[in-house]
Amino acid sequence: MEALLAIAIGTLTAGGLYLMLRQRTFPVILGLSLLSHAVNLFLFASGRLAPGLPPILDGTAKDHTDPLPQALVLTAIVISFGMTAVILAMAIGGWLSSGDDRVDGDRADEDRVDGDRAAGDEG
Amino acid sequence: MSLALLACLPFCGAVLAAAAGRFGRSAPAIAAGAVTALALGIVLVHAPCLLAGPPVAEGVDWLPQLGLNVRFRLDGLAFLFALLILGIGLLILLYARFYLEPQENPARFFCFLMLFQGAMLGIVLSDNLLFLLIFWEMTSLTSFLLIGWWSHLPEARRGARMALAITGGGGLALIAGMLLLGRIAGSYELSAILTKGEAIRASALYLPALLLILLGAFAKSAQFPFHFWLPQAMAAPTPVSAYLHSATMVKAGIYLLARLWPVLSGTEVWFCIVATTGLVTLLLGAKTALFRDDLKAVLASSTVSHLGLITFLLGLGTKAAALAAMVHILAHASFKAALFLLAGIVDHAAGTRDLRRLGGLRRLMPVSFALTLVAGLSMAGVPPLSGFLSKELMLEEAAHTLWAGTGGLVPVLAMVAAAASVAYSLRLIGATFLGTERADYPHPPHEAGPGLLAAPAVLVLLVIATGLMPMALLGPLAASATAAVTGEAGPVHLALWHGLEPPALWMSLAAFGGGLMVLGLYPTLRRWWDAFPKPDGPRLFEAALGALTGAARRVTRLTDSGSITQAMAIAVATILAAGLRAFSGGGFGPATRAMTPVEGAVLTGWGLLMAFTLGTVILHRNRLLAVLLVGGAGLMISAGFARLAAPDLALTQIAVEAVTVILLLLALTLLPQKTPRESLPLRRLRDGVLAGTAGIGAAALAYALLRREAAWEPISAFHLAQSTPGAGGTNAVNTIIVDFRGYDTFGEILVLGIAALILYALVEGILAAGILPKPLPGRRRAGDPHPEMLVVAMRVLLPLAMLVGIYIFLRGHNLPGGGFVAGLVFSIALTAQALAAGFDWMAGRRRVGDHALIGAGGLVALLCGAGAMFFGRPFLTSAHGHVTLWPLERFGLATAAIFDLGVFLCVLGAVMLALSSLTRLARVATGGRV
Repeated sequence: MEALLAIAIGTLTAGGLYLMLRQRTFPVILGLSLLSHAVNLFLFASGRLAPGLPPILDGTAKDHTDPLPQALVLTAIVISFGMTAVILAMAIGGWLSSGDDRVDGDRADEDRVDGDRAAGDEG
Repeated sequence: MSLALLACLPFCGAVLAAAAGRFGRSAPAIAAGAVTALALGIVLVHAPCLLAGPPVAEGVDWLPQLGLNVRFRLDGLAFLFALLILGIGLLILLYARFYLEPQENPARFFCFLMLFQGAMLGIVLSDNLLFLLIFWEMTSLTSFLLIGWWSHLPEARRGARMALAITGGGGLALIAGMLLLGRIAGSYELSAILTKGEAIRASALYLPALLLILLGAFAKSAQFPFHFWLPQAMAAPTPVSAYLHSATMVKAGIYLLARLWPVLSGTEVWFCIVATTGLVTLLLGAKTALFRDDLKAVLASSTVSHLGLITFLLGLGTKAAALAAMVHILAHASFKAALFLLAGIVDHAAGTRDLRRLGGLRRLMPVSFALTLVAGLSMAGVPPLSGFLSKELMLEEAAHTLWAGTGGLVPVLAMVAAAASVAYSLRLIGATFLGTERADYPHPPHEAGPGLLAAPAVLVLLVIATGLMPMALLGPLAASATAAVTGEAGPVHLALWHGLEPPALWMSLAAFGGGLMVLGLYPTLRRWWDAFPKPDGPRLFEAALGALTGAARRVTRLTDSGSITQAMAIAVATILAAGLRAFSGGGFGPATRAMTPVEGAVLTGWGLLMAFTLGTVILHRNRLLAVLLVGGAGLMISAGFARLAAPDLALTQIAVEAVTVILLLLALTLLPQKTPRESLPLRRLRDGVLAGTAGIGAAALAYALLRREAAWEPISAFHLAQSTPGAGGTNAVNTIIVDFRGYDTFGEILVLGIAALILYALVEGILAAGILPKPLPGRRRAGDPHPEMLVVAMRVLLPLAMLVGIYIFLRGHNLPGGGFVAGLVFSIALTAQALAAGFDWMAGRRRVGDHALIGAGGLVALLCGAGAMFFGRPFLTSAHGHVTLWPLERFGLATAAIFDLGVFLCVLGAVMLALSSLTRLARVATGGRV
């Protein structure tokens, strides 16, 4: 099962990164979701696999899997929801205000704004 | 705790002043003034025991590992400065009340002033060097705000920026110097450092520490070569100039020199650097003051000169010189603050501060004239005023100073400076008030009202009284301050008349003669001076700053093309290279763990996960499909967690996946439905290679990790062993979350709440900006937005879903579940109602808002944690036990459950706020059909 999990982590990482390198905001957000899955699984994997030995101390099992990575991953899952929500709102704001959902925006435009600000500072 | 209270008071005053803005224009001034008066009262209460006895000290350890402790200390020197900060502060507040124009916001102004006052008071009260540095930086920041008060004026912006750059830059040097000093002394407590003078001066690090500290102090106190920022800062409103640039902030550097005098002074280097810098600044400032035409610029330059004088006295390193410095700090603060305030009055009345356009105001503004005359003569050092006292002391010291082996140079230079001081003081008075009345004032002058005149009048009275009765009014204060500086108490003698023997008397007379002569020859001197080319400090500074920002911009352009995607590709490539190096360089131990067997169901689930992931990548241009595929991948991962002995993770993952998919679908109602194909094949190949390599690396790393035991014994053995006896729960994951690592969780729920609030703010911003397109065209919709069957089904399901949520919450401490999952389950149940019956239906039936839920959650968790402190335990210590409550069975109960309730509320509020905000946006955008 170790090999399967490792391949799953690898595939999620590759897929996530490929989507994050796209130019539109929505694929980037999807990519980030996949990448957070990969990271969560990797963190989880650091506790090693112990199927059938949940960290519930009810006296039925003698051994238990490592609970610490699970606790860390649990909060990470919830936080990644918060992150997804915020960048979604940013993506929507960008799209509605400029009619463009490219990650890099219109670069010529940025240079001009930057130049204006620099000129304003001198004055 | 009165010293800690004292240090906090101005900051409370700042909040009060800001809040008082709604109660009229006087309210902020009254609030600030009352707090300042209270603080002044507390300082004065300490006076009797301070003037006689040892310093008052108190405080608590904050971060003892770092040497950072909240310790306060009030001794003679701190007392003197606290008096200046609060006493003059009170007068400035009074003046500022009448100074601000009707269109200016007094709440903001008084808030800034009080913040500055707090920072300044913090500097002089701090016993801990690191704590002092925090306040030091705060004075730089607040003075930036105050100098730039009229931010619409370019010179105000420039002056504020220059002051911040120079004093802030000096602050950086000071931090380094203080850290060195603390390292030499082995402590950051001033009271400890002050006893280790010998050891510090003998250390090899003494010289670098001294140089860095002096850099900071000189930059703050406008000493050569940093003197040019002070005249530039005169773009500030007059109360700010009077407060910051004559009485307090510029004396922070002087305070530091005096504070560290017992430790740093007494060496050849100290004398050479400090006394010489002081002397150069004294002369340079006097010269500049003589040739300026702006009333405030003359005062600023003369302040530079007088600060140089004090630095010079401290540099001499003798006890008598230290006494002279203390007396002059007091004298200068009183007459210079008065002169600044009067300059503001003249500027206001005549519409200009240009000495060439003023003159003849003595009949039009008789009170201002009288006050300026007295304060100005004190600045010139005329008896029987306070300025005379300190000048005599200074000349006496200078007469006995050898510099570079010669006895004549320093006395002559001191006399020249005194003469210049006489000349510019008399020129200031004369050019403003004497001479004939003019017909062409920019504004018809009139005498100011009593509100504006009161503050300078009080100061001028002090100038006269301290001059006439120096022993009674100044003696004890100067004596205790000098004792604090030099570390040895001793008798102090202050008098106007010392007889005919001391050289100071004759030097004083010579200076008067010289000053009058300079004044007589002024037109000739001025012509000569104007023809003489001079370096322009501010312009040099601006040029250097411009070159620096230009270089920074070029370097940025070189490394950053402005494209986030490019930057990300570079980052991925760099990480890959680093990972490759680690893989090839490090050795691998043999695989020690056996593979766990694979069942058919697991293989099927894994195959689905692969298919969903690859499908998302391949089909991502169809966004709706991609969202469903991502959700599918999440479901499979959730199943995986369940199979791999992580039931809590499985529950959380499936719930989060549900709300994430809802969120993404909501977002898709506002975003384009398709992603166009844009990247060139080569670019896609590059990205594919990067991502594929990263995937192979991640897989290899995960596999290597999974097949080997941990290099160190995992710490979770402790958690497993202590879960039941220590935290009273059998679910180790939950006990870690709410108990062992409760502090982490507390931070995380706050982050989640903040994320939801950010999203809310973003949505509000979009709605307020009115940038929404009219109903988006071209979408096919279901015929009935709220099908009756769904509404009924959801309504019936709601209590059931809530029951499940409560059950999950309650059993969380012992079995899979807990606040996180319960919060998610509740929010799904509520969202289902909204989806079925509509947003309005939901909004009309909810009594508690989502913001309140987030706040309540954070508060419950905080109070639960703080509750432990009442029992003398650290924050977030939990207690647990068993209770029997009829008719229930005996059951375990832990205070951690209260904390978990906070988690639950916060998660519920955050998820609901995120979803409802996006729903609102989508509703407006689609014309109310969501």
